[in-house]
Amino acid sequence: MANISIIKEKCVGCKKCVGACPFGAIDIKDKKADINEKCTLCGSCADSCKFHAINFVRDEIVQKDLSSYRGIWVFAEQRYGKLKTVSFELFAKARDLSERLEVPVTAVLLGNNIKNLAQELCAYGADEVLVMEAEWLDDFNDHVYGEVMIQLINEYKPEIVLIGATSNGRSLAPHISSTLRTGLTADCTVLEADKGERLLLQTRPAFGGNLMATIVCPNNRPQMATVRPKVFKPLVPDYTKTGKITILPVPSPIESFVKKIRNIDNEEGANLSDADIIVSVGRGIGSEKNIQLAQELADSLGGALGSSRPVVDQGWMPYSQQVGQTGKTVAPKIYIACGISGAIQHLAGLADIETIVAINIDPDAPIFKVANYCIVGDVREILPLLTKEIREAKK
Amino acid sequence: MKIIVCIKQVPGTNEVKMDPTTNTIIRENVASIINPFDTYAIEEAVRIKERYGAEIYGLSMGIPAASEMLREAISLKIDKAMLLTDRKFAGADTLATSYALSRGVEKIGAYDLIICGKQATDGDTAQVGPSLAKTLGIAYATDISKIIELNYGFMRCMKITDDGYEEIEIKLPALITVVKEINMPRLPSIKSMRNAKSAEIEIVTSKDAAADENRTGLKGSPTQVRKTFVPVHDVNSIYISGSTEEQSKKLAEILLGKES
Repeated sequence: MANISIIKEKCVGCKKCVGACPFGAIDIKDKKADINEKCTLCGSCADSCKFHAINFVRDEIVQKDLSSYRGIWVFAEQRYGKLKTVSFELFAKARDLSERLEVPVTAVLLGNNIKNLAQELCAYGADEVLVMEAEWLDDFNDHVYGEVMIQLINEYKPEIVLIGATSNGRSLAPHISSTLRTGLTADCTVLEADKGERLLLQTRPAFGGNLMATIVCPNNRPQMATVRPKVFKPLVPDYTKTGKITILPVPSPIESFVKKIRNIDNEEGANLSDADIIVSVGRGIGSEKNIQLAQELADSLGGALGSSRPVVDQGWMPYSQQVGQTGKTVAPKIYIACGISGAIQHLAGLADIETIVAINIDPDAPIFKVANYCIVGDVREILPLLTKEIREAKK
Repeated sequence: MKIIVCIKQVPGTNEVKMDPTTNTIIRENVASIINPFDTYAIEEAVRIKERYGAEIYGLSMGIPAASEMLREAISLKIDKAMLLTDRKFAGADTLATSYALSRGVEKIGAYDLIICGKQATDGDTAQVGPSLAKTLGIAYATDISKIIELNYGFMRCMKITDDGYEEIEIKLPALITVVKEINMPRLPSIKSMRNAKSAEIEIVTSKDAAADENRTGLKGSPTQVRKTFVPVHDVNSIYISGSTEEQSKKLAEILLGKES
């Protein structure tokens, strides 16, 4: 099994490895590094040591023949016959990867009466579309969709499978990866391809975004990753582009032990994950009735309303709108933090945001450290004025 | 009925401080806590126990010190706790973790329901719950915000999604992951804290759990960390000054410029 040890003769006690360890697993004892039980055998310290004093032995892995796996798949998620925008974003990235790896991009489209969407997928970057239509595929179900995907992966052997990190995608992906016993990396923010090794280099945030890790899956296929909405930009659709569309034979229906009784949909526009602009309220808004001020700004900008945790804990906003570590991670183009102090737990919910605007009465609020535009002032005075300016300009 | 709650020990803060001269991570002694999402899982199990009667097992995989965290879980009214701890489990990714936990579940024996927090705050993957269910070959549902009804054999609950909510019915045994909205965890009582002090935590090694060493720890992990780095946030903050009117006007111009 893998092992790590300090070669005491070579260790000079420089502590560089202590800093390199993301897990606090190295102490200095008697001026030498000492690895404690927190070690996860990640190998970060071995790379950091300039004196080659850390002996890190990875397991000898029997190299499997992975060459039969070729091509990049994107799971094209749809609901009520409408494709999720994250699928389009994934095609843009898949195209990048496909150029490096010189393989086609294939969309997998499951549902009922959805084959008309295949052309749209080609316009956004798919070379091929595999379509399976059946009444029992009408509504998304982790188990049913998962089992179909597993059958298809086993048959077609793609080397990479990308899935949008929507609520459905995040539940579907581990079903597939753990059944196939392959790797899955959640919420990647950077995806690159290493052509020589045919590896997908998957970079994702950990510890609430305070540390980035690049993860690889060298000995198992397919390499699977999920990506949050808004992380990548979709290509401009080219409707003249055609692709190979294959209507797949339908296997016998798959039963699930989880049955949906009914959907209770939010009102249009309330979905934080898809919003381009989010106006988010914190404790500085003062009272429940003042939330209306933020709602009006969101409406004037065509954005969604979010909130920090204290506002949800007060019962002023529903949990579905909470941004942060225990709420949602969002990635709009513009995030307007109104009366939010910017605790680390809140910042953990802000993914890749182009523009952060902070309005806060406290000039020392940590939110200002991450904001592109800062206004020190009372959000209750500024919001109505700002809404008025926006409305007038839009007339 | 028997309920198993999976609990992870996580750092109390996610803040990673940088040493500006050496450009390396400073890790002061950060206290460990129960993963916040798991506290909702514990509370929900206790509520089911109070409503329907149940025996609750807490299950964790971690370093030996995690047994203290399980003691805390006992003070929150779970009945028994098991800690999977072994060097052979170290370096596990979500698949290898799920496998090790599945061995713990098998060791506990017949169960009706497994409850996990939606995700852990250190990794944020939300993969171990579904992956554990698949390893055990049982049904699962993620992001549960309410348990409406629990009958022998079935459970009706609400699931939170990007688009709203779904009311679903799950056949037991099954695994659910829960979100914060599901409840407000109680604090431990003096009596329960006293009970927890003397409670026995079952320590289980890889061998005790009859785990296949090829499927645990680093060896059983298909994913590997190639490198880690601290992201640089170079934010160029622009302060908008002036009267409230002027500030609003300037900001409106900026927003409208960005939007188009």
